[in-house]
Amino acid sequence: MAYAVEMSNICKSFNKGKVQALDGVNFTLGRAKIHGILGENGAGKTTLMNVLFGLYRADSGTICVNGKPVEIHRPKDARALGIGMVHQHFMLVRTMTVAENVVLGLPSSKAPFLDIKSATSKLLELSNVFGLKIDPGAKVWQLSVGEQQRAEIVSVLYRGVDILILDEPTAVLTPAETRDFFKMLGKMKAEGKSVVLITHKLEEIFDIADEATVLRNGKLACSTEVSNTSKQELTRMMVGKDVLFNLKKSSYEKNALDSNERLKVKNLSALNNKGLSALDNLNFSIEAGEILGVAGVDGNGQSELCEVLTGLRRIESGDISVNGTSCTGREPKAFIDLGVAHIPEDRHMTGMAMNMDVSRNLIIKDFDRKEYSFLGILKSGAIERNADRAIAEYEIKTSGAEARVRELSGGNQQKIILARELGKNPKVIIANQPTRGLDIGATEYVRQKLLEARDNGAAILLVSADLEEIMQLSDRIAVMYRGRMTGIVPGASTMEEIGLMMAGYDNTKPEACNA
Amino acid sequence: MFAGTIRMSVPILLPALGDIYTQRSGILNLGVEGVMLMGALAGFLGVAFTDNLFIGMVFSAFIGMISAGVMAFLSVTVKANQVIAGTAITILGAGLSSFLFRAIFGVQKLPPLVREFPVCKIPVLSDIPYIGTIFFEHNLFVYLAYILVPLTWLILERTTFGLNARAVGEHPHAADAKGINVSLTRYLCVLIGGAYAGLGGAFLSIGFMNTFLAQMVGGRGFIAIAVVVFSRWEPFRALAAALLFGVANALQVRLQAMGVPFPPQALQALPYIMTIVVLLSVSRRASFPSAYTIPFSREER
Repeated sequence: MAYAVEMSNICKSFNKGKVQALDGVNFTLGRAKIHGILGENGAGKTTLMNVLFGLYRADSGTICVNGKPVEIHRPKDARALGIGMVHQHFMLVRTMTVAENVVLGLPSSKAPFLDIKSATSKLLELSNVFGLKIDPGAKVWQLSVGEQQRAEIVSVLYRGVDILILDEPTAVLTPAETRDFFKMLGKMKAEGKSVVLITHKLEEIFDIADEATVLRNGKLACSTEVSNTSKQELTRMMVGKDVLFNLKKSSYEKNALDSNERLKVKNLSALNNKGLSALDNLNFSIEAGEILGVAGVDGNGQSELCEVLTGLRRIESGDISVNGTSCTGREPKAFIDLGVAHIPEDRHMTGMAMNMDVSRNLIIKDFDRKEYSFLGILKSGAIERNADRAIAEYEIKTSGAEARVRELSGGNQQKIILARELGKNPKVIIANQPTRGLDIGATEYVRQKLLEARDNGAAILLVSADLEEIMQLSDRIAVMYRGRMTGIVPGASTMEEIGLMMAGYDNTKPEACNA
Repeated sequence: MFAGTIRMSVPILLPALGDIYTQRSGILNLGVEGVMLMGALAGFLGVAFTDNLFIGMVFSAFIGMISAGVMAFLSVTVKANQVIAGTAITILGAGLSSFLFRAIFGVQKLPPLVREFPVCKIPVLSDIPYIGTIFFEHNLFVYLAYILVPLTWLILERTTFGLNARAVGEHPHAADAKGINVSLTRYLCVLIGGAYAGLGGAFLSIGFMNTFLAQMVGGRGFIAIAVVVFSRWEPFRALAAALLFGVANALQVRLQAMGVPFPPQALQALPYIMTIVVLLSVSRRASFPSAYTIPFSREER
């Protein structure tokens, strides 16, 4: 029997050949199979599937669907072949309803007018068949992330696809939502659909997939039946070496005295950009030499919390104090002067000025200090010396201090931020998703640096969507759910316990809450 | 005065309705002013040479589309900065229209006049005392503008084309992934905006003054752009804003006629000031289409 999809010798480069994203990759998908694609960030998983879906055009290589060679130039061609894709960043128009999003781009039976009514009834039918709960009349921006994902999937199914590509679908789901999601995938397989599951979570492959393909640095590392392989083997294929993380972490001893309290937050509430409540009466404190991990599904107030703690967002009520000094209502500058370092979520937007060079980005918070300027004129010698020192110390790979940071890789950009933020022995570090989008080496480096800062006595608030990262680094773990902390537990808690809290179950004992 | 209100709202309403399409699709066309001037000239030429008012209207819409087509090409195909491209169109429209006018008619002491647009009284309705004269004794342009209000709403909210236009302005990558031709949709929306703006300009030349003057649009194109933003991209709100401008205009004409001891220039500025003040105060929460002024290219994200 022919494969549902067979891609051979696919090559794709970006930036006029500077970056080879895919290098002679072969890929086969069996009919009515669930196929996992594994790989590190930047291994080419998404690029490969974007080629199949027609978003990118391969430089060379051939694609066969159901045994017939095909040309896929645009998403429309892919859809005509029964291929549908759910992207990691949802392709939903937020201002429209679910039903409007579903019929978008489809011919209407009542052309030129829309036919929302019949779309709605067909949607409800589909959601029954596959066990996807969805409200067709709801506007997308009102939906939770899990619901948005269901809306995406239902809109792909509505188009009658046989081959469904899912790009990191579980990254945004709680453990319980993931279980339901896998049940739904099982139903789709039973209906004869073939599914491609892009992921970097090994467990998921063994939970649900029939076949697996591993990519590493744009090349095919291996392709196998899941029943013929082991976690160890796939891991080795993924990272190209046996050892994973080997972080040295000293044990944390709570000081009996309260004088070590570096960051204290009392009854803190704040609004999000839409003017709705984002933080709801938070209370916690972090001591010197302690990492408080904040877990939770994205969008439960973590970003707003980091912004509030660095003075970037106004608070509605409550109090923040750093080293015993109240910072309520102060400007970001006041936080910086008190020794609050910030590793922001979005490097490109708030972390650095992409078109400025490395040396300027390194002093972007200190330009007005005496070391770097005199009467408003920058001292270029001192700035360059600082840059050279940072480049050497943090092993930043760059063509020089004058290189624009835009030209650097994500990992090296993050090193610039680390050099700037951690170089001054900060009292408090607010780190929001510090390893997002980094490769395995850079990730390890960032984590190591955070642990070093902790051992040097910094109080660290670490927000991460990666539960494993939180469990590895944190001394205590808080879980955020809808703007509240559903409890603070010791770092040694189990994954299941935290997973439940991420879904809103508060199972902590009262004394842990007051910690 | 009320009939004047209705009349004076038209040269704001027409370009604003057209610009709703343009802006909803994610393009900011600051060239509306220039497009209106070209439309005003085209309408005048059409009537001057054929003596047929209908041909003047059609020709103005056509020239409006061509002028806006330049904007579409610059912003969609070339992916140029839309603020600069639009400003260029305005300057081009202003210069080209008065140049062509002089080249064709020469310099004259009195501006050449064309024949007047007849007032169409709507039978029965225009006989209603008082209301009849306000609403049902206008020329074709006025009725057209008012019919286009619900029509624009219908097209944007209830048709596949309207849905595509909104999607392209909010999330072009999503629209692209669903097989919508982003460039084509944006082109169409800019061209529709151009046709409406051309008609708006022609209203001033052949539907109101019966002549062409270089300064006759007088910033109404920019007011129309502001009206669109402040009405949050909805035709009925745009109608309200255009009426407001019409009221202020009719009021200042009345005040001047009454001989109010005020410099006439200050009175003439009244509609603009009033419109902007009111629009600013009602539009604090305008949320722009997410892809507003951002060119689309498939492999960039």
